[in-house]
Amino acid sequence: MSTLLTSPNLHTLSVYVNNKPGVLVRVAHVFARRGFNIESLVVSPTADGRYSRMTVTADGDGETLEQIFKQVSKLVDVLHATEHTHQEVVEKELALIKVRVAEAQRTEVLQILAHFKGATVDFTPQSVIVQVTGNTEKIEACVGMLEKYGIIELVRTGKVIMARGETET
Amino acid sequence: MNGAEALIKCLEKEGVEYIFGYSGGNVIPIFDAIYDSKIKLILSRHEQGASHMADGYARACGKPGVVLVTSGPGATNTITGLFTAHMDSVPMIVISGQTITPLLGKDAFQEADIFGISMPCVKHSYLVRQTNDLPRVLKEAFHIAATGRPGPVLIDIPKNISAGPFEGSLDPEMDLPGYKIPGPVPKADILKMADLINRSERPLLLVGHGAVISRAGSVLRQLAEKLQAPVTNTLLGKGAFPETHPLSLGMIGMHGTAYSNMALTRCDLILSIGSRWDDRINGDNAQFCVGAKKLHIDIDPAEINKIVRCDAVCIGDARLALEELLKHVVPLNTKPWLREIAANRRKFPLKYKKQGGLKAQHVIESAWEVTGGKAIVTTDVGQHQMWAAQFFLTDECDTWLSSGGAGTMGFGFPAAIGAQLAKPGSRVIAIVGDGGFQMTLCELSTAAINKLPVKILVIDNKFLGMVRQWQELFFDNRLSGVDLEGNPDFVKLAEAYGVKAFRIRRAADIRKVLAKAMAYNEGPCLIHAEVVKEDNVFPMVPAGRSAHHMIVERPKTKMEKPTGGT
Repeated sequence: MSTLLTSPNLHTLSVYVNNKPGVLVRVAHVFARRGFNIESLVVSPTADGRYSRMTVTADGDGETLEQIFKQVSKLVDVLHATEHTHQEVVEKELALIKVRVAEAQRTEVLQILAHFKGATVDFTPQSVIVQVTGNTEKIEACVGMLEKYGIIELVRTGKVIMARGETET
Repeated sequence: MNGAEALIKCLEKEGVEYIFGYSGGNVIPIFDAIYDSKIKLILSRHEQGASHMADGYARACGKPGVVLVTSGPGATNTITGLFTAHMDSVPMIVISGQTITPLLGKDAFQEADIFGISMPCVKHSYLVRQTNDLPRVLKEAFHIAATGRPGPVLIDIPKNISAGPFEGSLDPEMDLPGYKIPGPVPKADILKMADLINRSERPLLLVGHGAVISRAGSVLRQLAEKLQAPVTNTLLGKGAFPETHPLSLGMIGMHGTAYSNMALTRCDLILSIGSRWDDRINGDNAQFCVGAKKLHIDIDPAEINKIVRCDAVCIGDARLALEELLKHVVPLNTKPWLREIAANRRKFPLKYKKQGGLKAQHVIESAWEVTGGKAIVTTDVGQHQMWAAQFFLTDECDTWLSSGGAGTMGFGFPAAIGAQLAKPGSRVIAIVGDGGFQMTLCELSTAAINKLPVKILVIDNKFLGMVRQWQELFFDNRLSGVDLEGNPDFVKLAEAYGVKAFRIRRAADIRKVLAKAMAYNEGPCLIHAEVVKEDNVFPMVPAGRSAHHMIVERPKTKMEKPTGGT
């Protein structure tokens, strides 16, 4: 399984943008041009429908990212962009994991799931889809525990973050 | 009123005098609306030409140039123009026709996703989906193009949007919540800069295009004179500080003067005013001004610390920043520093031999002398551009129009057409190479029918000279793809377009012919200067190397292949 999402060089940018066609391409372009791979990306409407929130997680050296951050901030469609440290924000993501589980192992899997406060959202005689939420490390740990049963499919939403307290995200 | 008529009304309100354009199916409604407008249409012969004309117009007068083209190939032909303007921060509006909205994304006839294609080379762009949005979009586009760090804006307008009924306001509010222009320069930043400058013994002012764009010429001169600091300029910084001024070292960088590059290696402080430390002046960042304090004034926050980590920075308009800085600096004792530079200037002047055939440098320097330097000069890219930068000294802002960042061949001549329209009272000279000129020479028609007295000085060495120079110096003279054998007789070519033409073949004829050409103002004229085929531009700092590695003449031994970009 990928460990990129817990790499120490991982940066998370929160970008507040106009909710218009083409804005995603403009932001993605800035990353692509400097050869930065976006590890995860979440775009969703905000409380004010005119604007969207992008949460971009990318891996790379701080100096280049500083440049990318400035280039993104400069885009006309970007209202503001912020890079948050882990301490300042609440971080969550959700994963759906389809695990190959025969009847004999079902209890075991459910125990693991209980530990991670996950839920089963689909059951078939051969498999189960489990849902886990939490920070990236927790999801990685849960995926790690389920790997030995055989993960058929894994879908993750990517990280969303919100600044704690009165700070604006 | 339809959308197109509303659009033209708004362009009139923005004070647009000229539209540089080329018609086509999906833009017919807009051309129809121009029919009744006082805005003059300059019909180019190619959309790239139209875009460089708008660029030259904007560089010469500071107002955004406006381009109008059709969809598909019409729009894609402006990409080079957009890119050129984007790299050099030139305000420009490109309006393109587009297929009707129900057919968008369905590969309709002449449908190009120009909104997507142009994205990396525009400051901003629009695909208009509501006729009533047109005035707001146009107002925003002009605001974005001309403010902050200027740049080109593309507006793509589907035909049913321009032809559709307009029922909105012609004076709407802008809706740009994300567009930020730096405000007043922070005093603390200025004080920090002033403190470093006041403690410097060997300061160097490095002036870039930002100083020209902000019209910082006058305050820059006061600052340099108060500090007694030498001033060097980038290619596009030409004119921000008079190159004939005793404190001017002329152009710096790859083909800059030897004494400016030497000053770069010796200064204890360098202040970049609207220059972005790019690879033409800084081939090797690790060796760049080692030990010197580095200061940077730039209106674009994204340029700060992009290449050079600075000791003091100021984000804001160059003129406003310098006005504030001037109050806080003190006269410095730079006499030993200026003596050192003067010695280098005597030892390593810009030079060329006037014997042994007709020299491009001789022709260009003579053009400067004959005109007394009073001209707006445009260029293409390559050897002639560097010689023009070296020998046609520039004393005023907005009189040196060259494609710097993009290095676009074919820019010079159409840009001169735009500049002549912007400044009808000025003498405009396009100094172009035989290669570049052939890329946009179809605009001879445009210049001729509008009777624009542009002087086209074709420096014809029948080679792509700069690449040939690299192949000679770094690739064992294995000339590949640089021989322009088959060049036309440019005099006959000009005459075929009804353009007056002159020829220079011998050094003895230079002044006589140039004087005649400069006196001809009934329309455009072309001067075909058939210069020696193989000549090199020196000084030269090999790409990827620091100024320490500058050579001032052809080395006797073979040179290593450069590591930097061309």
